Amino acid sequence: MQETMIKRAKELLADGTVSRVIGWKKGEFGYDSTPAVFETAEELDRDFVFDDFTASNVSKYLVKESRKDGKILAFLKPCDTYSFNQLIKEHRVIRENVYIIGIPGGPKLDVEKIKAKGITGILNKKNENYTLKIETLYGTETMMFYEAICGKCQDCKSKKHVIYDELIGEDGDVLDSSRFDMVEKLENMTAQERFDFWREQLSKCIRCNACRNVCPACTCEKCVFDNPKSGIENKAPSDSFEENMFHIIRAFHVAGRCTDCGECSRVCPQNIPLHLLNRKFIKDINELYGEYQAGADLTSKSPLTDYDTNDCEPSIVHERGVE
Amino acid sequence: MQVNNNFEPVIVAFCCNWCSYAGADLSGTNRLNYPTNVKIIRVPCSCRVNPMFILRAFQKGADGVIICGCHPGDCHYTSGNYFTRRRITLLYSMLDFLGIERNRTRLEWVSAAEGAKFAATMQQFTEDVKKLGPNRRLEDLRCRKQ
Repeated sequence: MQETMIKRAKELLADGTVSRVIGWKKGEFGYDSTPAVFETAEELDRDFVFDDFTASNVSKYLVKESRKDGKILAFLKPCDTYSFNQLIKEHRVIRENVYIIGIPGGPKLDVEKIKAKGITGILNKKNENYTLKIETLYGTETMMFYEAICGKCQDCKSKKHVIYDELIGEDGDVLDSSRFDMVEKLENMTAQERFDFWREQLSKCIRCNACRNVCPACTCEKCVFDNPKSGIENKAPSDSFEENMFHIIRAFHVAGRCTDCGECSRVCPQNIPLHLLNRKFIKDINELYGEYQAGADLTSKSPLTDYDTNDCEPSIVHERGVE
Repeated sequence: MQVNNNFEPVIVAFCCNWCSYAGADLSGTNRLNYPTNVKIIRVPCSCRVNPMFILRAFQKGADGVIICGCHPGDCHYTSGNYFTRRRITLLYSMLDFLGIERNRTRLEWVSAAEGAKFAATMQQFTEDVKKLGPNRRLEDLRCRKQ
């Protein structure tokens, strides 16, 4: 797959269709690939990588990259195409300046889950019959493939590319995933249990802002969390209220626009299940205002910028579920 | 939680300028009583209430927050309260999801002619919040008054 992508990228660079390529670059180790922009064929040969660890979503980089001179080639996985579509809808990217090649999605691996098994010094890995063979500095280790799958790929919502100029590989289908199971489980807890659950999770927050910075829906030029008058800018939370507020507002600002790409939880250094907050909003919107998938198309109105005169009253949320 | 019988909650009421604020005024001119716990904040439209306002109210010591606006269809700005309705529904649902007591938050439509409804709503809401006791789950300890 990686060779096919490099070959196609070189062709497009050579015939002048694009002047740059955005993809993933090899890191120091085999698992820490980062998004990067390539300008020449030599750079592509040397650094371009596409493997089980290239889970990051490059759509957000296109906000600025699509405004530079010349066209850019972007490799987008199915989940990334949803984010890209949503950005087009919000007029954040210039579609004409991006050449999109749809590539197959995951499941991607989460290196933290491999490390959690006590496997360190990872050099290389191979997938054989659902078993992961990992070469390390200290010999070869094995673990089940599914145990190492990244959280966002476990609950994959779609293998379908919603936007592309060409495809490498086959297009998939929208999956009927069980992604709301955990939200439902929480909803069936008592208020005290829910409160305890979220206190335990959110109190880990160090306000690194990684979830905000990586989110493809968070593209405001000025952010409420950077407002020097808010009293909460650029500082670690010093009270449970600040933790709650940051996470409620962060999730609320992308409600109705969140495509559920799962990047927030993937990047969280404290492993807070942030996607559950976003999914709660998605689930509520689906239940109360009709099924809606952000980024699935370019024409539908976002639920929070739209209304119906027969909408339910807010008291409905106080009547259902467990107190 | 141990409920202190002398507990007097602080209630913040966001009232829209065109209906609910006039409704509050009418309940006053009609000499109807509503609890002094209620602190009214006038907003141009219920749609002006940013979710941050609600959280800030809780941070600064409110025990309950109620939003009042024109009845759906009667908004001075035609459609403001329809947006309020969706937005606030989702926010209240999220607060509930995080385990904040449900009776601390409410939304009520009060027109300029409903002075009696305003007084009754505020009495009822104050009663409900009184039963819950002080806001402990969404408070900022640095703001607590001893």
